[in-house]
Amino acid sequence: MSYFVDENGYYGQFGGAYIPEMLYPNVEELRQNYLKIMQEDSFKKEFDELLKEYVGRPTPLYFAKRLSDKYNTKIYLKREDLCHTGAHKVNNTIGQILMAKRLGKHRIIAETGAGQHGVATATVCALMGIECIVYMGEIDIARQEPNVARMKMLGATVVPALSGSRTLKDATNEAIRDWINNPVDTHYIIGSVVGPHPYPDMVARFQSVISEEMKWQLKEKEGKENPDYVIACVGGGSNAAGAFYHYLDEKEVGLIAVEAAGLGVDSGESAATSVLGNEGVIHGSKTLLMQTKDGQITEPYSISAGLDYPGVGPLHAHLCESKRADFISVTDDEAMNAGLELCELEGIIPAIESSHALAVFKKKAFKKDDIVVLNLSGRGDKDLDTYIKYFKF
Amino acid sequence: MNRINQKLQEDKKLLSIYFTAGYPNLNDTVTVIENLEKSGVDMIEIGLPFSDPLADGPTIQASSTASLDNGMTSEVLFNQLKDIRKTVSIPLIIMGYFNPMMQYGVEAFCKKCAEIGIDGLIIPDLPVQDYNENYKAIFEKYGLINVFLITPQTSEERIRFIDSISNGFIYMVSSASVTGAQNSFGSTQSDYFNRIAAMNLKAPQIVGFGISNAETFQQATVSAKGAIIGSAFVKHLTEHGVDKIDKFISLIK
Repeated sequence: MSYFVDENGYYGQFGGAYIPEMLYPNVEELRQNYLKIMQEDSFKKEFDELLKEYVGRPTPLYFAKRLSDKYNTKIYLKREDLCHTGAHKVNNTIGQILMAKRLGKHRIIAETGAGQHGVATATVCALMGIECIVYMGEIDIARQEPNVARMKMLGATVVPALSGSRTLKDATNEAIRDWINNPVDTHYIIGSVVGPHPYPDMVARFQSVISEEMKWQLKEKEGKENPDYVIACVGGGSNAAGAFYHYLDEKEVGLIAVEAAGLGVDSGESAATSVLGNEGVIHGSKTLLMQTKDGQITEPYSISAGLDYPGVGPLHAHLCESKRADFISVTDDEAMNAGLELCELEGIIPAIESSHALAVFKKKAFKKDDIVVLNLSGRGDKDLDTYIKYFKF
Repeated sequence: MNRINQKLQEDKKLLSIYFTAGYPNLNDTVTVIENLEKSGVDMIEIGLPFSDPLADGPTIQASSTASLDNGMTSEVLFNQLKDIRKTVSIPLIIMGYFNPMMQYGVEAFCKKCAEIGIDGLIIPDLPVQDYNENYKAIFEKYGLINVFLITPQTSEERIRFIDSISNGFIYMVSSASVTGAQNSFGSTQSDYFNRIAAMNLKAPQIVGFGISNAETFQQATVSAKGAIIGSAFVKHLTEHGVDKIDKFISLIK
């Protein structure tokens, strides 16, 4: 079984491009060109240089000694939190802005939930001097003020999504509608491994630098490229796709995907798509998603704005159905405590998304000589308010 | 013969009206359909609401949200329509997004449509290729016409392909936009209308998106067989309910 996308844009039964005809020319143009462009020497050179000089790659693979002692196993943290803009998101936006330039597009649109992808998109647009419009749910705008200010400082226009539940899924709908209205000059930078083919594959390839680095870094430190486990959190799933990518076909590497259970999987306030979702179509992709019996998409909940998406990317749906990856759900409380523990043990304040991945150590026992790599997808600066409110500092 | 094909043979320009089922009130669906037929409309698209309607502008989005809040579901709609053929004889099409149909079961959905007397479906986010490979046989088994969309950006080759697999009409999206976004047509649209007319397609075309009054209806149907009004009619329902439907229609035709 292959875990990579097939020629029709599917991962097993998931994926495809369920888009209105109005989007067909745009998506088809991208589909026909993305691999060709990514393989050009000039593209690779520019992409690699920007990742090195601008983003600050390679990010360290840090051996977390005190955390390892506590859980009696060998834990490495892949420090994506040290990327410019504070999370892995920028790996993808750098790739896509270079793609957009080569496709001759001079207007960029993006969706954002917590604002991390919006900031990463506004950043690369400033870098390239390209117009940037970010759609963000009205409710998210109110609760993520610092990121809204960041995007504005970076020259982006932030447009409130006023439809539906006024959060991430509606921001995505608005971005897609913008693309329908502006089919010629605009490129849509999707922030995760979601959306119609070829987006899930393209975004996974841009993020795959994470596991590419893990391999040689682990070889240096442990004398072998493969860990026993890779752990990553999954909302749409872009950091997990990047961390898993070069290990997908390495069967001896266990993949652990961590979803947000919110107040509890059965509480009605959750984002644990692998448990609560079933096959359906969202944002142009056939995947697992949370919906009513009648096929209306439901609003997920998590304390982490980066994980409350009602679906997962089609790659992850396939990893879940085929049991290639273990899906574990972590509640708000478990995540918040695991985040605080990392602060205390290692002096690193993680994004609440990444805190979900950290909570796995309380839920699953690893062997003493297991090598476990955890993708620390982002830093916690953006979440200080939430941490403060939660712990009443 | 399917009612849609019969209607397409009539020697006139066709006016088709879209409305969101279960709007403004849950049980308005049948009244709206009956009043539209009495007002002289040629064909009706019954919108099955979806939580995330990607191709729709604010008017139809809002009506969809309201309809869902009213309690509309596929099952409720089928129940409302179960006796519709006792009173209504013009072609009826259900327009909706793929996910609710997928959850109902595509075959079960089609079977139900056939039992009620629905003549066709418009599913904007079901890809042409996917339909052709996986669902065409089911639609044909139940005598349903599937209507495909083309836009000003659709390539000539793709239009020819879509024409070759269309067994009713082609839904010709007037401009690069979501529903309800335009107020009038300019030279870009007339060039596009002329270009499509010159292709001499096998399937008649009915123009949608941006038709709101007699003027845009007339412009859209210079060479096309008919036109569809959606957002403007939904706005009328928002403002006037089900009462003055005949007045709205009389201003178009």
